[in-house]
Amino acid sequence: MFDLDKWQEIFATIEKNKLRTFLTGFSVAWGIFMLIILQGAGVGLQKGVESQFRSSATNTIWIWNGQTSIAYAGMKPGRDIQMTNEDHDYLAQSVNGIDNLSSRYELWRGNTVSHDNEFGSYNVRSVHPAYAIIEKLTLLEGRFVNEIDINEFRKSAVISTKVSEALFKTEEALDNYIKVNGVPFKVVGIFTDDDGRDENMQVVYLPISTAQRVFGGGRDVQTIAVTVGDATAEESKLIQDNLKQKLAARHHYDPTDERAMFFWNSVEEFQRFKNLFASISIFIWIVGIGTIIAGVVGVSNIMMIVVKDRTKEIGIRKALGATPASIISLILQEAILITGFAGYIGLVLGVGLLELISKQIDTPFFKQPEVNIQIAVGATILLVIAGALAGFIPARRAAAIKPIEALRDE
Amino acid sequence: MIKLQNINKSYHMGSNSLHVLKGIDLTVEKGEMVSIMGSSGSGKSTLLNIIGLLDSHDAGEYLLDGKVIREMSETKAAMLRNKMLGFVFQSFNLISFKNAMENVALPLYYQGVSRRKRNIIAMEYLERVGLTAWSNHLPNELSGGQKQRLAIARALIGQPKIILADEPTGALDSATSSEVMDLFGEINQSGITIMIVTHENDIAHRTQRIIKLNDGLIHTDQKNGVPRPPEKPALN
Repeated sequence: MFDLDKWQEIFATIEKNKLRTFLTGFSVAWGIFMLIILQGAGVGLQKGVESQFRSSATNTIWIWNGQTSIAYAGMKPGRDIQMTNEDHDYLAQSVNGIDNLSSRYELWRGNTVSHDNEFGSYNVRSVHPAYAIIEKLTLLEGRFVNEIDINEFRKSAVISTKVSEALFKTEEALDNYIKVNGVPFKVVGIFTDDDGRDENMQVVYLPISTAQRVFGGGRDVQTIAVTVGDATAEESKLIQDNLKQKLAARHHYDPTDERAMFFWNSVEEFQRFKNLFASISIFIWIVGIGTIIAGVVGVSNIMMIVVKDRTKEIGIRKALGATPASIISLILQEAILITGFAGYIGLVLGVGLLELISKQIDTPFFKQPEVNIQIAVGATILLVIAGALAGFIPARRAAAIKPIEALRDE
Repeated sequence: MIKLQNINKSYHMGSNSLHVLKGIDLTVEKGEMVSIMGSSGSGKSTLLNIIGLLDSHDAGEYLLDGKVIREMSETKAAMLRNKMLGFVFQSFNLISFKNAMENVALPLYYQGVSRRKRNIIAMEYLERVGLTAWSNHLPNELSGGQKQRLAIARALIGQPKIILADEPTGALDSATSSEVMDLFGEINQSGITIMIVTHENDIAHRTQRIIKLNDGLIHTDQKNGVPRPPEKPALN
């Protein structure tokens, strides 16, 4: 195997038969290259979708106020439904399977938030402590809204790094004060939301109880969000139905009314996407396997032609004293060398292109394409073996026939 | 050196069977230069191929240098060809992508001689056939005579005991043929047994012994132009 002289003989043959070598090598390199690109694209799509769901917990059910569209219990349609703190407390006690629960009372429209002479217009969301988990906020300094804030109506505020930069410049924001619509709040925490959506960074979070009292919200809430732990799509659907039944009973609307309250179940949505991408991934596998089979067939074809092409040469070599074993090993080693090297080239080119792409492309649905290197190496080895096998069968036949028959071949 | 007894050979093509050699008895001594003549289809090439272990015989006994050749494995036959025999073909059978020196050196590769050493030896043999200046040329850059001289150098490099030539001058003009025959004469002088298949009388007459085949049997066996009856099996 490591007979230097044999390798020199092989290299001499390869050097003198560049086109044949190129064609064999190309089909192998192309197969591996395509497999890697496809696999990488599949992974990129999958990661893109996962990052879409990273901005908030993937196990959340959101509920918004709506307006009835069906008459119920003697009441006309078109009635506004308004959730309150009581709904929040009731759901927390009566619905099983909830692990985090937060209401949200949002001050829309331009709220003037200021510090000294710096002003800004931000969204003000007043929430329960669990909201930080639901929205997947990252606290960089201080803390989020806590239970004591809620119970004691403390004027605490949690601001984003962007708000902090805008209002405090180089000043220390933590434990300093901001004014929200003229009311002073103490900054207790600074957060960042790494989903890259700017609207989630132009936000000031306040304790919901304080905001309701200070800004005249009464007991109203606009949104309730719950997380359902590691419930499956079916389980979360059941929890959602349970929530809907309870809320419909409390607010006297038809549970089949789709417009009285709006529900958005991210578990279900996430599951739907996961299924979609599982299908895409299966499709990519099928295409990838198809590519490899095409490569195997291509290499086999070329190897058979190569051996056919070399029958006369084999005859000459045999007349000069080549044993069948030396003929077979000459052809096999050449095949393995070419397919192995070409496979490696395809591997390097494919991975290289993916690296290049992953630096250039970062769209919401396509992120960081990469390839499972074990699969790529496995595919290369498969092609090398296929090439060797495809060469072995005709090589053995050519080596076994009488030299005179091989010599007669034109 | 070569002893054949009642050699038979048939070719089967589908349902047809062609009986090419119908019982050849022949003895060639060491150092002889023999030509085999015969019309097309008389079996002369087949005989040479069997002697050269390029083909197998169906029946009869073949002794090469005292060894019985019978149902031999390809590996063993390859080794015998490598050590004992040198071939010269009408169509030269040079490897087209190897240059002159590499072609000549190839038998030594199968003897396990290192590349450096076999290239040095190949140059010596190229010098002997007057092709030193062409050592880096590919076969298709050489003339017919040069190609055949190259093939002879290749046949000689393994230091064989027998050279088998199948129509070596068949593709050459008469002047070049004469040169090639001179070369065979020199080789024979050095003690190597030579068998040449030819259909040209003037080529045959430059050998010491002419065997004429007709329809798969030895028709005449003349020495130095003197007719001699075919050998009888009983003589052995």
